[in-house]
Amino acid sequence: MSKKFMISCDEATTICDKTQYGEATWMERVKLNFHLMLCKHCRAYSMQNNYISRLLSKYLHDSCENDHLIDKEKHELEEKLKIHIKDISKN
Amino acid sequence: MPKKTGKNILQPDKWVSLYADYLFNYAITRVNDHDIAKDLVQETFFSGLKGKDNFRGEATEKTWLISILKRKIIDYYRKINSAKGKKEVRMPFYQDGEKEGSWLEENVPQNWNNEADKKIENEELKSVLDLCIDHLPEKHRMVFLLKTQRNFETEEICNELGISSSNLWVIIHRARLQLRECIENNWFKK
Repeated sequence: MSKKFMISCDEATTICDKTQYGEATWMERVKLNFHLMLCKHCRAYSMQNNYISRLLSKYLHDSCENDHLIDKEKHELEEKLKIHIKDISKN
Repeated sequence: MPKKTGKNILQPDKWVSLYADYLFNYAITRVNDHDIAKDLVQETFFSGLKGKDNFRGEATEKTWLISILKRKIIDYYRKINSAKGKKEVRMPFYQDGEKEGSWLEENVPQNWNNEADKKIENEELKSVLDLCIDHLPEKHRMVFLLKTQRNFETEEICNELGISSSNLWVIIHRARLQLRECIENNWFKK
């Protein structure tokens, strides 16, 4: 087997992370699969990584959707801005 | 002072009522923190006011303010990225020598007992996941969430934060390594 197929566990797990987003190249996937045949730790990582991705898509919803500035904060912001506008028009 | 070449004008006294919500929403989806997002919006307005003479009137007021906010977000990211004194995440691989890039014995992924077969996906597991995401260093968490939670394109994140794609994958890699280990320690080892 050519040396260019040999990658380290660090590289293999990096490619494995890319595959979670569908962004590993064809060549990277070939190298990863070759590495996985030889390395049980990275096989475990790969299975766990797939599992974590499933968890994330199930539980990681957009938590910011309901986060807004409240009226009091906007009012404070308005007041601070007014002071700045005054300061600037003085100069 | 640059010449006004466009027709748009700035009305700072209306900024909060017109744009605060829009800018806040833009900021919060990137920094994931209410107070930081609020501060960024405030800084955007202050900078806009300071630089109002540079506004040539070609872009709309809203576009102009967003471009200021975008720079503030890059600045914020650079700040958390270079924050000194913060503990670096230790990589679970040998960093040099013959075994460079191989798993360190003490960090080898443990057996999760066919986790996928079991019906363990419940509220308790969700809270472990939340805890582990919260524990990611801010500079990793921000990129990880943009990619994983908000499904931003790689290129989009790179442009917005001024990082390269290989840099992005190093960050995602570190985040996921840490996340895996945290889930293992807090869920599967219990």
